[in-house]
Amino acid sequence: MKPPLFDYHDPRGLEEALDLLARHGDDAKVLAGGQSLVPLLNFRLARPDHIVDLGRVPGLAYIRRRDGVLRIGAMTRQATLEVSPLVASHWPLLTEALSLVAHAQIRNRGTVGGSVAHADPAAELPVAFAALDASFHVRSQRGTRMIGWRDFFVTHLTTSMEPDEVLVEIEVPPVPEGAGHGFEEFSRRHGDFALGGAAALVTLDQNHIQAARIALLAAADTPLRATEAEASLTGQAPTEEAIAEAARIAVIGVEPTGDIHGDTEYRHGLIEAMVRRALKQAGERASEVR
Amino acid sequence: MSELRKVAIEINGERYEREVEPRLLLSDFIRHEAGLTGTHVGCEHGVCGACTVQVDGAPMRSCLMFAVQAEGHSLRTVEALNEGMDGALHPLQQAFHECHGLQCGFCTPGFLMSIEPYLPEAADWDDRQIREMLAGNLCRCTGYQNIVSSVRLAAERMSRGELNKSPESAAPDTVEA
Repeated sequence: MKPPLFDYHDPRGLEEALDLLARHGDDAKVLAGGQSLVPLLNFRLARPDHIVDLGRVPGLAYIRRRDGVLRIGAMTRQATLEVSPLVASHWPLLTEALSLVAHAQIRNRGTVGGSVAHADPAAELPVAFAALDASFHVRSQRGTRMIGWRDFFVTHLTTSMEPDEVLVEIEVPPVPEGAGHGFEEFSRRHGDFALGGAAALVTLDQNHIQAARIALLAAADTPLRATEAEASLTGQAPTEEAIAEAARIAVIGVEPTGDIHGDTEYRHGLIEAMVRRALKQAGERASEVR
Repeated sequence: MSELRKVAIEINGERYEREVEPRLLLSDFIRHEAGLTGTHVGCEHGVCGACTVQVDGAPMRSCLMFAVQAEGHSLRTVEALNEGMDGALHPLQQAFHECHGLQCGFCTPGFLMSIEPYLPEAADWDDRQIREMLAGNLCRCTGYQNIVSSVRLAAERMSRGELNKSPESAAPDTVEA
């Protein structure tokens, strides 16, 4: 229950951090808030030779909106984003997702970028960013590149970032005018990892659904978008039947990994129910806006 | 491989200078280096909340931080709760005592340090909000009913100004927006 030995680096600038990663990347782990990495170290499930702590790198914690686009510095604390009035008014789905991330004590330390880079498919932030069509800016000595969420999440705890790269910013495009949102998950105890969940965004045109987005939590080894279910809703009235049918389509072919807390069949049904609830919530909120 | 580092950490207003391995958890620094054993270590992977301390006013798990990361930050542990109260208990401790908010007491320091920054606003909260605030701390003795009652009593007394206010706690982080 104590971390293994490692060489600890706490660079004072991004260039220094990138230099460390260029030299040690293959044998290094980046430490952000540590709310996922430190438990892994304490259990000795992770045994990196080097830890590169971003905690003393300035300029990586910010929340900005320019030309309608939200830019979140990777080291922004989850608690800071959770109480951002800017985020609450323009990206309320994100605010709602954050309230479901672990507990207040964890969010006080945990970072937005850390959760994204950890790439746990049962985590709320990656799912919210999938629903919001976010992109991730990563830096290395070789340069900067922007990776869309679909190409970023590769599999369980694995992203397409190279060992010498570090996540520096999350870019979130504006949400369509008048969109309603919903984020639903089920966990055995408040703050535990959810057994299944879903995020939804719905925009209405008169009384019909103009567009819908559905992202699934803990349904696969990465966040998933239920694109066929999204398409099935376009042009439909947001009735219970249409929503139930979309939820049914959303989980076709989805086979969540079962464990002692719920087998695959149970989780399949659970995620379908969460999609239904998230869509209903999003639809209701969209009609309130109009 | 892992070299010792000099750290200076401020806990409860006092400065502790030690040479430590970078892998030393903050919880172990607090207990073994600073000798402040009021902070308890339960699960050591961030689930139970027993090791919660305040870092720059914000409750955090001390088992999920390295001591070297705490340099330059101001820490507060349960020992500081009734500082300047002339030996009396902090209102929150007094309420735990009166409402039987503890049995064995192992989880109590974590609860106290988690709850205290929220007390000024908790007077208007319903049970659900209080329980949500408590959700990051586990108690294995008694369930949570008496802890909820303790929070309610302490929050009410503080809002009526009957007891000493606790020191101001800072926001978790500053935003550049």
